[in-house]
Amino acid sequence: MKSVLPDHAGQTVGDALLQRGVSRREFLQHCGLMASLLALPAAAAEQLAVALAKARRPSVIWLSFQECTGCTESLTRSASPSLESLIFDLISLDYHHTLQAASGEAAEAARAAAMKDNAGKYIVVVDGSVPLGNPGYSTIAGVANIDVLRESVKEAAAVIAMGTCAAYGGLPAAQPNPTGAVAIAELVKLSSPNLPVVNIPGCPPIATVMTAVIAHYLAFGALPELDGLGRPKAFYGETIHDRCYRRPFYDQGKFADTFDDEGARRGWCLFKLGCKGPVTYNACATMKWNGGVSFPIQSGHGCIGCAEPKFWDMGGIYQALPQPTGPVAKVVGTAAAVGVAAGVAIAWHNRAAKADAKATHQTVKVEDLHK
Amino acid sequence: MTAGDLLIWTRGPGLALALGILIFGVLLRLFEIYSLGRKSDLAPARETSPGSGWRTVFTRSLPPPGMTRRAPMTYFGGYVFHIGLAVTVFLSIPHIELLRGLLGISWPGLPTPAVDAAAMVTMIALLAVLASRLSNPVKRLLSTFQDYFVWLLTLLPLLSGYLAYHHMLLEYTLMLSLHILSAELLIALLPFTKLFHAISAFVSRWYTGQMSARKGVAV
Amino acid sequence: MSATLERGIHAFKEVLDAPIASFFSSCVHCGLCAEACLFYTETGDPQYTPIYKLEPLRRVWQQEYTALGRLKKLIGLAKAVTDEELAAWEPLVYDSCTMCGRCTMVCPVGNDITYMIRKMREGMAVSGHAPEGLVTATTRAITSGSPAGVKWVTVQAQIKRMEKQFGLPIPVDVEGAHYLVLMSSWEILNYPEYLGAVGRIFKQAGRSWTLASDAYEATNSGIQIGVADLAKVLVGRIVTAAERLKVKCVISPECGHAYMAIRWDGANLMGRAFTFEVKHILEVLDDLRREGKLKLKGSIDVPLTYHDPCQISRRGGVYEQPRTLLRELAPNFREMKDTGVMNWCCGGGGGVGANERAEGLKITVFKRKKAQIEETGVKTMVTACANCRVTMEEAMEHYHMDVEMLGITELVADHLVEDEAS
Repeated sequence: MKSVLPDHAGQTVGDALLQRGVSRREFLQHCGLMASLLALPAAAAEQLAVALAKARRPSVIWLSFQECTGCTESLTRSASPSLESLIFDLISLDYHHTLQAASGEAAEAARAAAMKDNAGKYIVVVDGSVPLGNPGYSTIAGVANIDVLRESVKEAAAVIAMGTCAAYGGLPAAQPNPTGAVAIAELVKLSSPNLPVVNIPGCPPIATVMTAVIAHYLAFGALPELDGLGRPKAFYGETIHDRCYRRPFYDQGKFADTFDDEGARRGWCLFKLGCKGPVTYNACATMKWNGGVSFPIQSGHGCIGCAEPKFWDMGGIYQALPQPTGPVAKVVGTAAAVGVAAGVAIAWHNRAAKADAKATHQTVKVEDLHK
Repeated sequence: MTAGDLLIWTRGPGLALALGILIFGVLLRLFEIYSLGRKSDLAPARETSPGSGWRTVFTRSLPPPGMTRRAPMTYFGGYVFHIGLAVTVFLSIPHIELLRGLLGISWPGLPTPAVDAAAMVTMIALLAVLASRLSNPVKRLLSTFQDYFVWLLTLLPLLSGYLAYHHMLLEYTLMLSLHILSAELLIALLPFTKLFHAISAFVSRWYTGQMSARKGVAV
Repeated sequence: MSATLERGIHAFKEVLDAPIASFFSSCVHCGLCAEACLFYTETGDPQYTPIYKLEPLRRVWQQEYTALGRLKKLIGLAKAVTDEELAAWEPLVYDSCTMCGRCTMVCPVGNDITYMIRKMREGMAVSGHAPEGLVTATTRAITSGSPAGVKWVTVQAQIKRMEKQFGLPIPVDVEGAHYLVLMSSWEILNYPEYLGAVGRIFKQAGRSWTLASDAYEATNSGIQIGVADLAKVLVGRIVTAAERLKVKCVISPECGHAYMAIRWDGANLMGRAFTFEVKHILEVLDDLRREGKLKLKGSIDVPLTYHDPCQISRRGGVYEQPRTLLRELAPNFREMKDTGVMNWCCGGGGGVGANERAEGLKITVFKRKKAQIEETGVKTMVTACANCRVTMEEAMEHYHMDVEMLGITELVADHLVEDEAS
């Protein structure tokens, strides 16, 4: 039977690059850039180049659950060879709903074959969250997401949760979370507790981050250093606020109050217009987007905090970070009513007690001064 | 619960709850006080007087003649930390944004480094008044657990805000959440501690000013 | 013999009002009240901190009239005020407080601590925790008409002396007189010249006046011991006499708390406004001066200063009048540092003078006044309260100070332009 696996399966990265016409010089340049992005020492660039060239392109199974395909869009936007597209040279993408040629039974068969042939070595990339509320909310070929996930990660080497939905639940998990959306890492922990999971959040994430993580994994056989939320520290170690070029304006107290006032035109800080930069960890302010062209703040719109868990529940996008998001008026109104009621109660008691004391006053005579 | 979850809670239900408890407590305490009433004074007041209840409400914020010499630390430390607190609370632009969200009004603020300096000065003043409270025999006799607890309650928002801004001690989102939480604790406990003087001092000053004024004395 | 803890607590409950509730709610334990109180400044003993003297009253307020306090009481967490506590607090409330009012002037949150002390004494007294000397004085005042036991016969003897000395008739029980003149025991016993002075001044001013044979005592031990019911009996005698004699104005003499008793407390004790005016002799002198009815000549050239009696100046509002008079008479009048409404207490008012147990403390705290006087460098001091005068003369003897004390009314009378030979 003709193998359903693509021809490039098992190819080395070096060969793949040659085939795509990427020159050695370009490849070394990319390795140098990636080493610096990953905050690795200078010598690592050479190590990375050597290791990558020899590495066998791993099989990647890309599972798409409750997602909008934005994460894939972010990866595929670049037309010319760039760091973003390098990923396709590093991996063998054996299953991807949007990008694969096959469909239906053939597609599922390809997935099964890739998993069988690369057992213990393939990487699972997930975008989108899994609905636990009712498995029927999201299925692939009639199979619930949770079952597909469980089955797919059984023999995987690593899991990459791509995008905020996969990493933390994302938009579907926003209050009131009607589908019971759950983050991938939480589910993987249940069925395969020793399987390394890396979160690459963002809505969408910066594509280069994905590339660098894969490169690191291929070259060094391990995921880069992760923080408490499972994110690679190299890219999610600083907040937007701490690397934002508009930060001096924040400290000087120069803010845009509306989107078309003097402050906005002068490029002043967007804190008052809802920027969540201070509490958002991502590399947007340094790496930027579209090949380093710009990022939201530079374009005049505040950061919406899209790489943070529950960013959809952080209050309005244009509501400044310090502003209250809860039902203040209602709670305070109720509390005031209760306060008045309690006040009336204590007032009634006080007045009664004092009146009683007065009524039972015994006129003092000089004899009363002695015990 | 992660830092992000705590931040969402403190910005949302936490703040509403703290403000609710504040309003509840303030109303309760005011009813408690005013319900006891005051006998009307049948002795005729002087026709004119240099004093009045309202006058004392304001002038009592100034030290009486000869007193700063006797208790320099109490006055100096007290002024510095009250003014410093007012500057950090009301002239910090993120705080003004919060108040704009709550009250609908805003005013110009100070650049962050200025507020930062004010916070540091305020914390030093707070340490100084604590030292005074611990070393002065009168204050030691008067002080109860509440005095020290309230001191800590006042210090924590300043300290946590300072640490958050400078990215010290804990990760920013967590430090910011703790800052907001500590402020909410202060707000909620205000009516039930000596912090209530923030409101009742003006009631007291008015009573004392009025009682003296009718006798012809401005206090 | 029916003073009990229960009656004391009951009295506390009666006197607690909105101002006191506000005061206790506002105290931040800053201790500044101690720095204004001469009993603390001259002894360094923190238990004399004014607000500390009120601790039992505060606990009763908390337990009876606050939601949190009642809750604590309900679950058994409230510490009840005991008889032992009130006994321990007796010297704090009576020996080390003259109700001078300086603490009230400095409290940053605006507490009238003096007001609270006065109210607390209501409970202290009926629980049997007022000083013996003060109880005795009050009993004497109620039963005999004067705390020092001065009877009308003694007054009559002084009247005769004054009439002879100044050749002036001293009117008694004259209906329709303009002024009813009162005296304090100290004046009757130690400074009867006051009567003569008053006579001379009113003669020049052409104003009618009278004494009342059944209401000659202005002092009110009820105010000092802090029992409104007894204070009412005492002040009632004056009111009855004033109404009977249909006078226009009752004059409170050179006595501090007597002025407080009749001018500011009187109507409230009686439960009704008076039909007559009440003035301190200083006010009357100043009125006469402004009306041009007080012609003075000469001057007293020695450097002198004025001691403000607490109940008259700070707590009474009569502080400009003595200065106006003194500036007219004394070219070398100089003020003490900390003067007027911020002047320091002599240490003998508010019942302390009648309290033998407080004698030592009273002498000790006089050091403040001593320092004030020495700072001015004067050897003559004028005042308008006989109790202050007695307290200070005794203390100055103890400290071997060579300072002469003068009463202001007598000073004025000595400088009158006489129309005819006296």
